Amino acid sequence: MIAVENLSVVFNAGTPLERRALRGVSLALANGEFVCVIGSNGAGKSTLLGAIAGDVSAAAGRILVAGRDVTRQPAEARAQHVARVFQDPLAGSCGNLSIAENLALAAGRGSRRGFGNALRRERAEMLVTRIRELALGLEDRLDQPMGSLSGGQRQALSLVMATLAPSSVLLLDEHTAALDPRNADFVLDLTRMLAERFVLTVLMVTHSMRQALDLGTRTIMLHEGQILLDVSGEHRSKLSVEDLIDAFRKARGEELAEDRLLTS
Amino acid sequence: MSQIALVGAVELGLVYALVALGVYLSFRVLDFPDLTVDGSFPLGAAVAATMIVSGFDPWLATFVAIVAGALAGFATAFVSVRFGVLHLLASILTMIALFSVNLRIMGRPNVALLTQETVLTPFVGLGLDDLWVRPLFLAVIVLVALIGLAWFLRSETGLAMRATGANPRMARAQGVRVGAQVIAGVMLSNALVSLAGALFAQTNGFADVTSGVGTIVVGLAAVIVGETVMPSRRLWVALVSCIVGAVIYRLAVQLALSADFLGLQASDLNLATALLVLVALVLPKLRGRALGRTLGRRAGA
Repeated sequence: MIAVENLSVVFNAGTPLERRALRGVSLALANGEFVCVIGSNGAGKSTLLGAIAGDVSAAAGRILVAGRDVTRQPAEARAQHVARVFQDPLAGSCGNLSIAENLALAAGRGSRRGFGNALRRERAEMLVTRIRELALGLEDRLDQPMGSLSGGQRQALSLVMATLAPSSVLLLDEHTAALDPRNADFVLDLTRMLAERFVLTVLMVTHSMRQALDLGTRTIMLHEGQILLDVSGEHRSKLSVEDLIDAFRKARGEELAEDRLLTS
Repeated sequence: MSQIALVGAVELGLVYALVALGVYLSFRVLDFPDLTVDGSFPLGAAVAATMIVSGFDPWLATFVAIVAGALAGFATAFVSVRFGVLHLLASILTMIALFSVNLRIMGRPNVALLTQETVLTPFVGLGLDDLWVRPLFLAVIVLVALIGLAWFLRSETGLAMRATGANPRMARAQGVRVGAQVIAGVMLSNALVSLAGALFAQTNGFADVTSGVGTIVVGLAAVIVGETVMPSRRLWVALVSCIVGAVIYRLAVQLALSADFLGLQASDLNLATALLVLVALVLPKLRGRALGRTLGRRAGA
C-alpha cells in the first residue's frame, strides 16, 4: 500500500516563475486498488506520479511506500517498490538493447544486480512465456533490438516489463496517449488483465473521462494541485461522464467567481 | 613494408586494442566522452616503468598501473556525476592534472627500460622467434580482456551499465544507480587504457610523459574503423571489431609511413589520424544525405 500525506510540490521556488504544482494532497491506496487520475493540463497529475516515483522532490509532506517513508529517497532507491510505464513508448525501454535484454533488465528491478548472466536459461524461459502470452509473435524476435518495434508493441512490452518484478504500486502516466486507438485499446486491455492477474495497486493518469470511470475501482479528479473529487464503489458506478464534466465546470466556475471578486 | 615493420605494427595495434576497448566502454556503452585516457595511458606507462626501475616485480608494477588508471577514471567520473561538471570538461581537467602527476611519478620526462626485467622476460628464449614473442604475449592479454569484458557486459551489472548509457531515465526507473554505474564504467575504461600504457612501456622499453597525446583519437579511430569493417549489433562482434579496428589502424599508419611516394613523416601521424577520424565520422552522414537526395529526386519524378 502507498500513502501520500499533505504533499506539496513547488517548481522554481523563490523565482518569478514559481508554480505550486501540488497543494497539500493526501491520498491513500489500499492493496489491489486501481485508481484513475484525471484533471486538466497543469492540474498536477503527472507531478503527483513524479513525486511518488522520486523524479520530483516534495516541498512539504510525506510519501509512504510499503510502510516506509521514502520522501527523501532518490528514484532508483524507490524502484524496488515502484513500477512505472511512461507516456512516451521510447522512454520506458532502451532502443539499442535487444528485447530480451530490456526484459531482463526489468526483471532485475528491486533485486541486487550481481555478475551472473543477465539472460540465464531459467530467466530467458520465463521471459519467453510472458511474451508469448501477448500473442504478438514477439517471442521469436527476442534477439532483435527494441528499437525495431512499433510504439504499440513497445508500450505493451513496457507494461509487461513493469510487472516482471513485484511492486507496491504501478504508476501509469497516460501510457496510451501516444498510441493510435487500436493499439491504445490493446494496451488498456492488457493493463486491466495484468492488474487483475497480479492484484496490482495501480495509479493511472488518463485524459479520457470515459476510461477514468470504466477502468479500475476509484476515480480522482485533480484541479490546481488539489484533489477535487474522489469517488469509488457504488457512488462511482452511478457516475457518468457528464457528472464529471459538471464537477469540473463547477470548480472552474467558483474559481472564476473568485477572480471576479478580486478584480472588481 | 618489411616483416619487422609489419609485426611491429600488429604489436602496437594490439596495445591500442586495449585502448579501443576502454574507449568503446566510455564512448559507446556509457555515452560518456572521456578524454582522461590521454592522461591515463602515460600514467600506466609511468607507474609501471618507475616501479620496474625501482626493482619491483613487473607483474606487480602492471597491476598497480591498472589501479592507478582506475583512480584517474574515478576522479573524472566522480567530479562529473557528483558535481554535475560536463563530462568532457571533467575529463580534460583530469587529463591535464595527470600530466603533472606523471612527471612527479617519473621524476623526469622519460624513463628507459632497456635492461630491466619486464612481464615479457620469462617468455623470451622459450624457443620462439623473438620477433613473435611480444605480439603473441599481447594477443593473449587482449583475448583475456575481451573475454572478461564480454562476460561482464552480459552480466546483470553489465546490462545495467549499458542501460545507463542508452537511457538513464529508464535505467533509474529500473532501480539502477546510474551515478555509480558511470563511475564504475569510467574506472574500468581507464584501467584498460592504463594497462595498455603499462604494456606499451614494457614492449617498447620506455615511458614518456608525452606518449599519451592523441590516445583518445587513436582509440576512437580504432572503434570507428572496427565498426566500419564489422558492422553488427552483437556485443561480441562489437568488442572484436574494436580490436580488429586498432590493428587495421596501426597497419594503415605503418603503410602510409613506409610508402615513400606519399612523403609522410612520423610527425604527420596526428594530422593523418585526425583526418581519418573526421572522414569516418562525416562519411556516414554525407552518404545519408546523398541517399536522401536520390530518393527525393525519384519521388519528384
